[in-house]
Amino acid sequence: MSQQEKLLEIKNLTVHYATVDGTVRAVENLNLSVDAGQTLGLVGETGAGKTTTVKTIMRILPVPPSIIKNGEILYKGEDLLKKSQKEMRSIRGEKISMIFQDPMTSLNPVLTVGDQIKEAIELHTKVNKRKAFELAGDMLETVGIKRDRANDYPHQFSGGMKQRVVIAMALACNPELLIADEPTTALDVTIQAQVLELMKRLKVQYNTSMIMITHDLGIVAEICDYVAIMYAGEVVEYGTREDVFLRAQHPYTKGLFTCIPDMYSDDNRLIPIRGLMPDPSNLPSGCKFHTRCDYKCERCEKEEPSVVEVSSGHYVKCFFALPQNVASSKVSVKMPV
Amino acid sequence: MIKYILRRILMMIPVMLGVTIIVFTMMYITPGDPAEIILEDGATPEAVAELREEMGLDDPYLVRYFRFVSDLLHGDLGTCYAIGQPVFDRLVQTFPNTMKLAALAVLVSTTLGLLMGIISAAKQYSVFDNVAMALAMMGNAMPNFWQGLLLMLLFSLWLGWLPASGFSSFKHMILPAVTMGTSSAAIIARMTRSSMLEVIRADYISTARAKGQVEYRVILRHALKNALIPVVTIIGIQFGRQLGGAVLTESIFAIPGVGKMMVDAIKARNFPVVQGGVLMIALSLSIVNLLVDILYAYIDPRIKSQYK
Repeated sequence: MSQQEKLLEIKNLTVHYATVDGTVRAVENLNLSVDAGQTLGLVGETGAGKTTTVKTIMRILPVPPSIIKNGEILYKGEDLLKKSQKEMRSIRGEKISMIFQDPMTSLNPVLTVGDQIKEAIELHTKVNKRKAFELAGDMLETVGIKRDRANDYPHQFSGGMKQRVVIAMALACNPELLIADEPTTALDVTIQAQVLELMKRLKVQYNTSMIMITHDLGIVAEICDYVAIMYAGEVVEYGTREDVFLRAQHPYTKGLFTCIPDMYSDDNRLIPIRGLMPDPSNLPSGCKFHTRCDYKCERCEKEEPSVVEVSSGHYVKCFFALPQNVASSKVSVKMPV
Repeated sequence: MIKYILRRILMMIPVMLGVTIIVFTMMYITPGDPAEIILEDGATPEAVAELREEMGLDDPYLVRYFRFVSDLLHGDLGTCYAIGQPVFDRLVQTFPNTMKLAALAVLVSTTLGLLMGIISAAKQYSVFDNVAMALAMMGNAMPNFWQGLLLMLLFSLWLGWLPASGFSSFKHMILPAVTMGTSSAAIIARMTRSSMLEVIRADYISTARAKGQVEYRVILRHALKNALIPVVTIIGIQFGRQLGGAVLTESIFAIPGVGKMMVDAIKARNFPVVQGGVLMIALSLSIVNLLVDILYAYIDPRIKSQYK
């Protein structure tokens, strides 16, 4: 983690959900940071707490049932968790924007796409309606959609086009941080590539920092500078893309890599991580991964491991993390070109 | 869109034809001889037979039905047996009263129902939500006629604020409209709440919040419009219920509307009046239905693109 220009820093964030079946510990003592101009990849299984984390950054998690127990979210040094909803509204959409997973459902079906983009512009800039609509048209052109389609409704667009509209909407006010919650999961592979390419280009063009939530390590390799691997509400490994891809130390991270098919290997079977993610309302003691870990020892069941900085900026939450560069990962690396 | 509306208007013809068959048949098989009732007690059988002959009551079913329909097509709804006035004129006197009452009832129920439903959904599980939904359950469970009597007791007899019966001023309309409106308001409130709750969890609501939109605009601009389709459907159905329910309410409050006219006409076997009233109510229902369908298109562009 470079010390200069931290755009967003999350410290000891703990978010719980109060449900009838007990407390769901969605996010526990989470630490993360995003530097200006950088892209952070947030990787983890479904239920790891990725979306909860980013929705907490935006403060759009419904309260109740969610409870922010502890922690700070520093955006340029100011704690977002201490801000009023009114103050947050001037940050949402203008400074920090978000792209949701499914473009089919994240656009309002009864409003034209032009209106929906215009809305974001009108909220944060002092322009009149006509000018805002013009700017909305400009944004559409930026993402490769003809401006005369601004008067069309979402159902008249294909999935990939809709995601482009969503991107246009998110970038309309030129935010400093863009949070993308699995922006390509719901799209065809060919469209995925197009949308990713577009996001990469716009990120440079607008000089936006980005948090990219994904299951797809290929996407991480392609566009992320830093990677945080999340498991059961906490970050188990954090480092640069190279740290995590070439020198992964946490058994969970290694497990994720063995789950990817290798084009050049003769193995017929993938090696999955055995078991399932623990129930977040009933998390195991000690290291939360010990129930699925091949390397676990007695200590793992009782004590929670602390975070070890194995090399500068590369953090691993495991008793077996080796602090230096000798630790050679056995993972064969597949970096998509 | 215009083509769609025209087609729907054309489709009302077979519907109305069906209504004529049903209402005519019902009147045909209803026991009781209009001729006897018109001539009152003590009429000689000969006189009754003569009158039946004159009224065409002895003709076969089909002949009478076609006479009824062909008169109808010529704009003749028949003549009231009791006072010899054309049924059309009686409808002109009574129908506006019923419409006024139904419209006011729908206004009361829609305003109340939408308001309660929206706030309940926006503040789910709050005290307001719980109280509103308990009230809605009560409103729905109370029979109209009983509730009407209770309101009369309270506001007319005890408090003396509002007149108990008649229909000569706006004041007279308040109690019957509230009576008719409450149960509908309850249904609309529950429907609005559940429809809103479904929509409020949608991703595009999160998107709107993520844009920095203020909460009430998120609820009204983004959520409500999407939640409105089932609500509008229910309001349309409730309007129909108001017209039908008018039969009871108008009798209780002694309002000279189509409902009371029909009840009196049924007692007197005054068939043309009953037929005219039913036809009128059926026609207004079809029109309301059409309006609801047209409204859909303005609410949801996806439906509009299907109207071809």
